[in-house]
Amino acid sequence: MVSDFAAVAVFLGLGVGFVLITFLLAKLVSPSAPNAIKNSTYECGETPFGSAWIQFNVRFYIFALIFVVFDVEAVFLFPWAIAYRSLGLFAFVEMLVFIAILIFGLLYAWRKGVLKWY
Amino acid sequence: MLELDKLVKLVGDGIEAVVTALGLGPTWVTLVQLIVAALVVVVFAALVVLFLVWWERKVSARFQMRLGPMRVGWHGTIQTIADALKLLQKELITPANVDRGIYFWAPVVTFVAAMAVYVTVPFGKGLIVRDLNIGILYILSITTFTVIGLLMAGWSSNNKYALLGGFRSAAQVVSYEVPMALAIVAVVMLTQTLSMGEIVSQQAKFYQWYIWRQPLGFLIYLVAATAECNRTPFDLPEADSELVAGFVTEYSGMKFAMFFLAEFLNMFTVAAIATTLFFGGWNGPFLPSWMWFLIKTLAGVFVLMWFRWTYPRLRVDQLMSFAWKFLLPLAFINIVLTGLGIYIFRP
Repeated sequence: MVSDFAAVAVFLGLGVGFVLITFLLAKLVSPSAPNAIKNSTYECGETPFGSAWIQFNVRFYIFALIFVVFDVEAVFLFPWAIAYRSLGLFAFVEMLVFIAILIFGLLYAWRKGVLKWY
Repeated sequence: MLELDKLVKLVGDGIEAVVTALGLGPTWVTLVQLIVAALVVVVFAALVVLFLVWWERKVSARFQMRLGPMRVGWHGTIQTIADALKLLQKELITPANVDRGIYFWAPVVTFVAAMAVYVTVPFGKGLIVRDLNIGILYILSITTFTVIGLLMAGWSSNNKYALLGGFRSAAQVVSYEVPMALAIVAVVMLTQTLSMGEIVSQQAKFYQWYIWRQPLGFLIYLVAATAECNRTPFDLPEADSELVAGFVTEYSGMKFAMFFLAEFLNMFTVAAIATTLFFGGWNGPFLPSWMWFLIKTLAGVFVLMWFRWTYPRLRVDQLMSFAWKFLLPLAFINIVLTGLGIYIFRP
């Protein structure tokens, strides 16, 4: 028997195939006349100045970090949410504690100025 | 009457008969069925996007008291097909300074992530490729892959506008992902299942729609979903007036078209998820189920288009603080309220 996730694999494979075939088709019917100016980086008509591969602002990293924290917490909430009704008061109190911890974490990040976008 | 589930069953049985006649086992039957289903979904996705592009242009035009495309076909209906053919013939320029490997694969990743969602979207009665038991969690996780594609495009282009667009889109999608997931957690508390098919079957009657029990959750989802699709008022990644075209600046021809396709497909996806989670999915009287699904989903897409002509673009700092300082606490409050509600009114 084929598992349900074979469907996912088939979709991923076919999706890649579709895009590649489209690109191939485009390659076959489209003209190709590259030249130095056409292939230069587009900067609204100015001559490109330096590379774009530079150090970027650290705030992107910080947001990525707090995203990881909160997204993992959201994933933890899913199994709890499914079982919530059958668990009764215990689950409700425990959820309050868990969410209190999450909110405390958010407040901590807030106070530390992590959420500020200069 | 016009239900398609019989047709789907007929085609499935036909494939089974043919593959078995060729002397292959049940594994092959399922595989061939899956491949046909995936092909149908790809064709459907392409048609939906062709329609949505035309519709968006028409809607935009009407909002501005213009007519929009009128020349190609009746009221410009085949305008997008003409545009697609034009894009197909355009030169695929690969700028000299790009990181070639990542540059090539970025549109592939973006499109595949947008398409893979449809494994478990219930289009109608019996019209679901696979009713995965982790349905909504799968959708949440696979849609996030889009951001990797956008980031790849932004970084590999070696263009400052593209880089800024890519980073902005990453920061934005990632920030709105959290309230979105938490809004869905609140719905899951009510449904007690992650399977999309079961969520739909729980909302057979009008008064059982989860929008009535999750109005706040729906609002959070709506805002977060608009941001996930990079739509106005959250269209900073592509802010035309400041970033040329954001992460797609260096892409041309069919490669650009793939990003475009993925973007419109994502719009359809978020509307489809909203339909499934909050508006009873394909349930509805008189009309066939797939028609109800399309009506509800297209109404959702229309709301997104409506937003575009109603709200001005936000600033980056407003965007980020809105997600983290307003939507996220609101989503927590929503979960606590839902928990309290279920505990008090437990059947």
